[in-house]
Amino acid sequence: MLMTERERAAAEIRALADKLGRDRSSLVPILLEVKKKYHRINSYAMQVIADLLGIHPVEVHSVVSFYAFLGDHAQGRFVIRLCRTISCDMQGKERVRRQLENDLGIPFGATTADGSFTLEWANCIGMCDQGPALLVNDRLYTKVTPERVHAILGECRRVFGVHAAEAKEVELS
Amino acid sequence: MTAIPTYSAQVPEAGLKAALALDRPRIINEISASGLKGRGGAGFPTGVKWNFAGAAQAERKFIICNADEGEPGTFKDRAILMEHPDLVFEGMTIAGKAVGAREGILFLRGEYAYLRGPLEAALARRRERHLLGQGILGSPLSFDIRVFMGAGAYICGEETALIECLEGFRGEPRNRPPFPVNTGYLGFPSVVNNVETLAWAACILANGAPWFRAMGTEKSSGRKIFSVSGDCRRPGVYEFPLGITVSQLLAEVGGEGAKAAQIGGASGQCVPAKDFGRSIAFEDIATGGSVIVFGPDRDMLEVLHNFLEFFVDESCGQCTPCRCGNRKLLEGVELLQEGRCSMAYLNELCALGETMKLASKCGLGQSSPCAFLSVVEHFREEIMGRILSRA
Repeated sequence: MLMTERERAAAEIRALADKLGRDRSSLVPILLEVKKKYHRINSYAMQVIADLLGIHPVEVHSVVSFYAFLGDHAQGRFVIRLCRTISCDMQGKERVRRQLENDLGIPFGATTADGSFTLEWANCIGMCDQGPALLVNDRLYTKVTPERVHAILGECRRVFGVHAAEAKEVELS
Repeated sequence: MTAIPTYSAQVPEAGLKAALALDRPRIINEISASGLKGRGGAGFPTGVKWNFAGAAQAERKFIICNADEGEPGTFKDRAILMEHPDLVFEGMTIAGKAVGAREGILFLRGEYAYLRGPLEAALARRRERHLLGQGILGSPLSFDIRVFMGAGAYICGEETALIECLEGFRGEPRNRPPFPVNTGYLGFPSVVNNVETLAWAACILANGAPWFRAMGTEKSSGRKIFSVSGDCRRPGVYEFPLGITVSQLLAEVGGEGAKAAQIGGASGQCVPAKDFGRSIAFEDIATGGSVIVFGPDRDMLEVLHNFLEFFVDESCGQCTPCRCGNRKLLEGVELLQEGRCSMAYLNELCALGETMKLASKCGLGQSSPCAFLSVVEHFREEIMGRILSRA
């Protein structure tokens, strides 16, 4: 990371801490915001947060590594979380998985090379009566069929605006 | 989205107005007299919980609404928060008055982030109408509620793990005692109640304890919201009195002909068709409301495999019986699927399951072997001597 980028990130995290509080109980809210903005929580961000809250960076790391929505790995702008728990499983989540992997050209757990999409499993997301269900960031899709996958990915790309035209569906790796 | 009949029939804020006219012990008495038990699944008497927190002396107290609904097959809290958020907030405010707390926190699971906007809007409307904030409806009562987002951990549905997350730690359950009603969030007395429990508390204050007692059974009074999914014609959210039999419930949801029903989610028990005459109540089959129906063609080993993968992933890893036990059970299911499990080893696994129930620190490890044990007990014929069932 460039020095100036670091300074900007540190200033933004400081602003977050001023808004959300500088005590330990603000840790998870701050981390969720950092993750949302940067799509990852790197070791520099963890150090800045630790300094702001007056705790050791390993304490921050212990929390980051515990929660499914945090984690220090880089994610795409759109994180697709397909529910794998029993009711969605029984309603055909495997076929949706196959189609997501085919359309994006990546396996589950990976991110597309352009940093747009990450495929992840989710444990029960509470949509058992309308499965298979998936979340794209905070957005919910229910009764997903393999043929709807293309349209869902298209919806995400439209959010990019000018970049939408450049997007290629299949990334050959 | 289906609205819940009894909740829809409530006069808005009738419970809160009734509570404002009562003193603290009388509110708690009303809840105790109703026999309301925790609707998250554990079934702890709500009146007792409120009484402990009410009796504690402290500068600050907290009412925490547990909306970390993560149990597989459970989605009724999502429906309640979407359709009846005011009833939940009303229940929290009543709890605040009853125990002398001025701060409320709604712990919303990360997977329900799309509910945050509507819930914050509902809170803002309540503040405008003086149903939250300083001097609620002209009374001396002050109470406010904020939303706290979880970060994706099933274990945070356990009340002490939830408090750890609120405090900015890993969601690892604490030893109990001390209980949260004495030493909870930031060390202050805290009541942690399920979404549905708080909604019922508001209904009880509005209609009186006898109204609630008249429904359900002697030991499990009242009605319950169920989340029904799986092999049935009409999955969704239902409201039934406690004490309903499994077969009555299946008839209502179009799940006749099922070979088994998983009651209480992955941590509940697998009830085979021959036991469908049993009733769903705290004294028989306890549940947080999840019912997953398995049709005649379901492979019970695949079901078990899915449940155990879930527990392996969601175990916090703090205590050995749960961290290692779930892995061993999962490996055992894989052996069974490959048809390579001896009866002696299966018996070992069952003994391990019993040990996990006894020795795990929290409800996750204590209940995760239940599905395994009940499937092994009831479907032995189906699971033994497989010939390469997995492609």
